[in-house]
Amino acid sequence: MKPAIDVVNVSKVYRRYARRRQFATLKSALLDGSLLGDLKPDETFQALRNVSFSVPKGCTYGVIGSNGSGKSTLLKCVAGITRPTEGSVTVDGRISALIELGAGFHPEISGRENIFINGIMLGLTKEEIQRRFDEIVEFAEMQDFIDAPVKTYSSGMYMRLGFAVAIHVDPEVLLVDEVLAVGDQSFTHKCLDKFSEFRRRNKSILLVTHSLDLVEKFCDEAHWLDKGVSKGDGDPKRVVAAYVINVEDSEENTLAKAESARVAESAKNVTSAPDVASGFSQTDATQEAPLNPVDDGESVKDGFKSTEGRWGTREIEIAQVSISGPDGESGHVFQSGDDIQVRMVVTAKEAITDFVFGLGLFNADGVCVYGTNTNLEEFQPSAIDGEGTVTFAIDRLDLVEGTYRLDLAVHKADGYPYDYHRLLYTFRIKSKVRDVGIYRPAHRWTFGGGITFKGEA
Amino acid sequence: MFSSLSKLGRYRALIQTLVVRDLKARYRGSVLGFFWSFFNPALLLFIYTFVFTKVLPSSHPASMEPFALFMFCGILPWTWFSSSLLESSNTLIAGGNLIKKVMFPAEVLPIVTVLANMVHFFLGLPILAAFVLYYQRPIDPVELLWLPVIVLVQLVLTTGLAFFLSALTVHFRDLKDLLGNILTLWFFATPIIYSLDMAPQDMRWWLNINPMTHLMRSYQDVLFFEGSFGHQGWLLALGIGSIVVFLAGYFVFDRLRDSFAEEV
Repeated sequence: MKPAIDVVNVSKVYRRYARRRQFATLKSALLDGSLLGDLKPDETFQALRNVSFSVPKGCTYGVIGSNGSGKSTLLKCVAGITRPTEGSVTVDGRISALIELGAGFHPEISGRENIFINGIMLGLTKEEIQRRFDEIVEFAEMQDFIDAPVKTYSSGMYMRLGFAVAIHVDPEVLLVDEVLAVGDQSFTHKCLDKFSEFRRRNKSILLVTHSLDLVEKFCDEAHWLDKGVSKGDGDPKRVVAAYVINVEDSEENTLAKAESARVAESAKNVTSAPDVASGFSQTDATQEAPLNPVDDGESVKDGFKSTEGRWGTREIEIAQVSISGPDGESGHVFQSGDDIQVRMVVTAKEAITDFVFGLGLFNADGVCVYGTNTNLEEFQPSAIDGEGTVTFAIDRLDLVEGTYRLDLAVHKADGYPYDYHRLLYTFRIKSKVRDVGIYRPAHRWTFGGGITFKGEA
Repeated sequence: MFSSLSKLGRYRALIQTLVVRDLKARYRGSVLGFFWSFFNPALLLFIYTFVFTKVLPSSHPASMEPFALFMFCGILPWTWFSSSLLESSNTLIAGGNLIKKVMFPAEVLPIVTVLANMVHFFLGLPILAAFVLYYQRPIDPVELLWLPVIVLVQLVLTTGLAFFLSALTVHFRDLKDLLGNILTLWFFATPIIYSLDMAPQDMRWWLNINPMTHLMRSYQDVLFFEGSFGHQGWLLALGIGSIVVFLAGYFVFDRLRDSFAEEV
């Protein structure tokens, strides 16, 4: 059977013209008398590179990928809005594209008239629209406002009406670009029901979305694009999993880069006099705060407000910090419940007997998740000289998904700082469960009596 | 090109709907609404009458009295022409949403612009007719049969230029500003507020290569001047020229079509 959508080796190159260049082109185009052939781009941007896939009839096909990966360009090529630079796209049957809802609505005229105009734009005849009119209005939940000018509509109403018209075009092939976020929950459900109905009637849907859940639940096949290159297609669960791992890797890279920049920056600043001074004043407020979470609330709060930075006399220096996960390799992205180790390499210029190692863990809101130091836990320092290592091991880091930051410090028992690293280290916790809060206590659910859940024995 | 040209017929319903939408939307919200289409030309006529009878009772020959009516015969179609071109130079950019987000035949947009302005022109005609009756001008009903031909020639010419301008403005936004000035120059280079006979001999040649000269002269011949319509030859030549302009304009438009979605 002929596929509904057949995309073969599609590449798309966008050309960019600089402003100045454009003027030069107008002039030269006029001088040469050749307005058409002479446009030469300054730079090109390859949005798609050799993408191929085909969507069988009745198939729901999901396209995922990060921002700028070429998903929307691909959809536009399939819709026939832009032509691919190379390759070919064939679509069998009438297309309706839910790319921008309500494109072409005229704000001054009523919803009723706009439905007709929009419908005709999408390829319906007047009679066809007349027949579906009530259905469209009902679907959009617009009965009361249909005769008001569209400019008075809320953005939700606008989108709903656009969606309702587009979906009632009754296409063979439906192209959807991230439009399910338009309505409230019940409208989203209605849209999904409508999509299911499409599937039952053996129509094809090409869905571009960031909602991985939707792809896993809803699509028969998925396709992953990355920077315009096809990274794989097939079973949605597999493709989504591959994509998620890739996203974690790139987050890891971003965090690592940002962190090394931050550490380098603060290392540079620490020698200049005003920074040391402000460092000390900050330390007055924070000397006990982040590392003494049991302290009184006021000073604790002040301490949390202070931004990232590094200060101290460097008699003892934290030379190197690494955070590592279960595999023992240093990283920045971990799963909730992983065992984590924070390692510091410290060096003392001379033998010192008064020292405390401390650690504070904060979430993205600046709330202290946990803080402790060797003094609180009653380690009696005896000596440090030369190089040493400190490891803080957490058996299970049971945190909910989010970004967390670390304070690391070495100071005297009275708070006098040797080397204080404030919020310099960042890591991300990932979780499959979308629970909320900060801390996830190890837990389990049990049910008795007449309560049963699906999939449970 | 000819295959896409043949598709134009299929967009009839779309074009019709959009013209109606344009007209409806234009005066929506104003108190007088649609009546503005009548009032605007009427007011314009009053202003010209005032200026050229009271302020500047100038030295035009007696054959051109009433002068306001003479001017009106030219200004009405000129307004259709110039607003069509001005609006069509912006029409693809204004309709960018349609071109970028929906499968939409872009050539519909300049066509709609020209047609909507044509409707305004038609709505001005009753005002013109009323004044023709008021001044009791002799009108030859047989000559009036030429009017649809003149309108058709202007429609073809204007649409051709609109294709050309709308497509090029996407790439060269400067055209929009340039065009306003060109149209002002063009207005004075066309016998609208003067007649072709008033122009000095050595200017005649220049005026004759201006296509609008012959359109305006045709309108004036049919609607104003007494005597039989004597401009058929020029009008016919212009008709053929207009078809060439139309095809050339559409050719350029078709060539640039693929770039619209990216450049708009």
